Amino acid sequence: MLKDITLGQYYPAESVIHRLDPRVKLVVTLAFIISLFLVNRIPGYLLAGVFLCLWVGLSRVPLSFMLRGMKAIFLLLLLTIVFNLFLTPGEAIFTWQRVVITKEGVRIASLMAIRLVFLIIGSSVMTLTTTPNQLTDGMEALMRPLKKLHFPVHEVAMMMSIALRFIPILMEETDKIMKAQMARGADFETGGINRRARALVPLLVPLFVSAFRRAGDLAMAMEARCYHGGDGRTKLKPLRYDRRDYLAYVLLVLYLVLAVLLGRGVIPFTLQG
Amino acid sequence: MSNGAENSGTSSIAESQEVSFHYIRRDEEGRVIHETTALDRVSFSVTPGEFLAILGHNGSGKSTMAKHLNAILTPDAGTVVIDGLDTSREENILTVRRLAGMVFQNPDNQIIGQIVEEDVAFGPENLGIPTEQLRSRVDDALKKVGMWKRRLSSPNKLSGGQKQRVSIAGVLAMKPKILLLDEPTAMLDPHGRQEVLAAVHTLNREEGITVILITHDMGEAAGADRIFVMDRGQVALTGTPREVFGHKEQLEAIGLTLPFPTQIAGSLAALGIDLKKNAPVWPFLTEEELLEGIRNAAEEMHPDHGEESRIRGGGRKVSDHPARSGEEAPDASAGSAQRDPFTLTLERVSCVYDAKTSNPVRALSDIDLTIGTGEFIGLIGHTGSGKSTLVQHLNGLIKPTSGRVLANGEDIHGEHYNRKMLRARVGMVFQYPEHQLFETTVLADVCYGPKNIGKTQEEAEAAARAAIELVGLEPDILTASPFELSGGQKRRVAIAGVLAMEPEILILDEPTAGLDPRGREEILSLIERFHRERGITILLVSHSMEDVARFATRLLVMHDGRLAMDSSPAEVFAREEELREMGLAVPETTRILRQLSGAGLPITDLAVYTPEETAQAIAQALAKEAPSADVVRNGTEVLHA
Repeated sequence: MLKDITLGQYYPAESVIHRLDPRVKLVVTLAFIISLFLVNRIPGYLLAGVFLCLWVGLSRVPLSFMLRGMKAIFLLLLLTIVFNLFLTPGEAIFTWQRVVITKEGVRIASLMAIRLVFLIIGSSVMTLTTTPNQLTDGMEALMRPLKKLHFPVHEVAMMMSIALRFIPILMEETDKIMKAQMARGADFETGGINRRARALVPLLVPLFVSAFRRAGDLAMAMEARCYHGGDGRTKLKPLRYDRRDYLAYVLLVLYLVLAVLLGRGVIPFTLQG
Repeated sequence: MSNGAENSGTSSIAESQEVSFHYIRRDEEGRVIHETTALDRVSFSVTPGEFLAILGHNGSGKSTMAKHLNAILTPDAGTVVIDGLDTSREENILTVRRLAGMVFQNPDNQIIGQIVEEDVAFGPENLGIPTEQLRSRVDDALKKVGMWKRRLSSPNKLSGGQKQRVSIAGVLAMKPKILLLDEPTAMLDPHGRQEVLAAVHTLNREEGITVILITHDMGEAAGADRIFVMDRGQVALTGTPREVFGHKEQLEAIGLTLPFPTQIAGSLAALGIDLKKNAPVWPFLTEEELLEGIRNAAEEMHPDHGEESRIRGGGRKVSDHPARSGEEAPDASAGSAQRDPFTLTLERVSCVYDAKTSNPVRALSDIDLTIGTGEFIGLIGHTGSGKSTLVQHLNGLIKPTSGRVLANGEDIHGEHYNRKMLRARVGMVFQYPEHQLFETTVLADVCYGPKNIGKTQEEAEAAARAAIELVGLEPDILTASPFELSGGQKRRVAIAGVLAMEPEILILDEPTAGLDPRGREEILSLIERFHRERGITILLVSHSMEDVARFATRLLVMHDGRLAMDSSPAEVFAREEELREMGLAVPETTRILRQLSGAGLPITDLAVYTPEETAQAIAQALAKEAPSADVVRNGTEVLHA
């Protein structure tokens, strides 16, 4: 179960999306997410769906890989659906004792579910086709203007990239410690919430100790390799916009215009959710 | 292709002059409570192109020394000079780190990039090397360690040995003059160890790069040009491997051992067979030297058929069965008299990981296995052969995809089976068990297991005290924090945490990993004691053939998820060819005895695994060297590299 999170798991393949400039991928992902929240009509979602299919299809990453990431947010998805379904006031279409499902509830629940699923898949394409180093480079480049405000752009980007690199390692470690404590009779699965929370101590303490040890080791290894912050650093793969990148930006603008036109309709109205 | 510039000016590329260094309490993680002297006036100098090994037990100061050589630490007193640059000067730090590139022990904790080539580029990127040159530097570095084909892989998909080679490439891409390696093989399996060492030797030989290898492995040190032995922050011995390994007593006094061939020659001398007088070199460091020496001795003792001693004896019976099997038989009855027999049985157990995905991994295939009371079993197999998966089936941590696991005939995945109690009876010590310690005191940590299985506080504490004593620790350690202890102590405490549950079967996964020779010996003799005194059934998972062979009465060999062999050590090691195909080797002692036996020495007992016993077997054979009439000149060539 712990290995299911695909976030930060690069999937090596040769595809147009893999070759896109990470800045483009970041902007596309961000714009796509914003568009999901702008859109509130069926045609708009269809358009977003088409865009997503293109995005996923071109990436050549098997869909199963992305869906694996969905398991991690399953609970969130379920809660969103349940809350919207039962707690949205409006025209009742189903009543059983005190449980009421309204037309608006169904609408909002399904829209929110679609949004969440699209959002996760859309951003997994970015993380699956971009190595964390590229991602870091892209973010660093996009946020460079903030440096003038003394925002530690390089440091933040580096921290994120390292965090992503260590997620799978720490997941594996969690699994190992969990098993080691289970071998000593630990029980992570039964009992009330209090008991379960206490059962986590033997898991979390070693995990933290190990994370700190790794952090110390890594910091030393980075220093040993002459790391001294972002100043004067060069890049093996510097970011250069190519023809396909400009094309991607054009397509994105086209999509956004269409999304606003189709997705918000002629009469704009606000969402209740 | 050696770098000519490095010889300019000075004859030493790295120099340590009277260097002292202290760790102070607030330094890291609160582990260091007092001020400890890590280095005490250490002086030495390294010449360009040299292959130097710094040898020492854990805590001898050797890693601290290494960190001084690339300015991660700077001396409290004295100076370190790298290629003419004083490391204590701020403006030299980056140049020093570039010139003396360092590779660390843990393969996972030093790779920064998520793609091999991006990681290799990290160093030169920091140096500000222009992009146009970066590509060729990265490619060159990866080619030199033979990892170019994997340049686009994720480091997580590489083996330990491959990760270490990538780390070496990461250093090479900075064009260093010195390659510093801090126990680079301590966490690797034998195969990974070999590939890393081969890469390092090639770089030293072909690129002329100076190598400083920090290690506690005698075999690795024996391959160096020169050895420094460190003890308590000082250089205890220095010289060529032959000079250093001539000081047996001194090395043993500081917790180090000798290479196997050296030990055997030493034991032979103690038995009155002096190989030294005819030897061109002394002491022996390699198998070849030892074999040559023994052949010379045989010729001298039986000059009438000197030539024949090279030749296989026809019709001579060589027994692969241990003569001492009688005394080796488990005397479990003594220790476990009061216990009911406890038997674990695997019935056609198979296990498939990621069964529902596109690439299911078949980790185990049709394993049939019975483990009975009082056995001492060794489990061997290379990394990925299914060893870990197999042992996790034995206490129900993994449920078989198909097949059944039976404890005394009951299915442990049956509806009403109490797996928690099973885990008390089948104790499991994972690899690096000290990583699971979490409590504030040793006592509380060791009590964790017993309390989980329903013991009262008093019962748990009594069990904890007994377990701490059983692992050879003093009772006053019970009140200490487990995080304050030394590495070896932590491991014993972790093992005590499992023993306190009073298991009948104890599974240990690589219990000696990462320990120095003395620590390894101590843990192994503890395990042997659990078996002998308490009658605990032992299942020892190990990469080390010597370790399993010495104690186990039964060996399981895993290969590709199958149980490839299940018999006595002697029978398993007789199948040398098959083992080699599986990427495994026979113990060094067996290899030596077989070669001697093949060369005509009448060795009667091949199933001995300690240097002393091996020396005895050789001495016996030399004493009764067969008459030449028996010898058939069939010219069998038996010595292979």
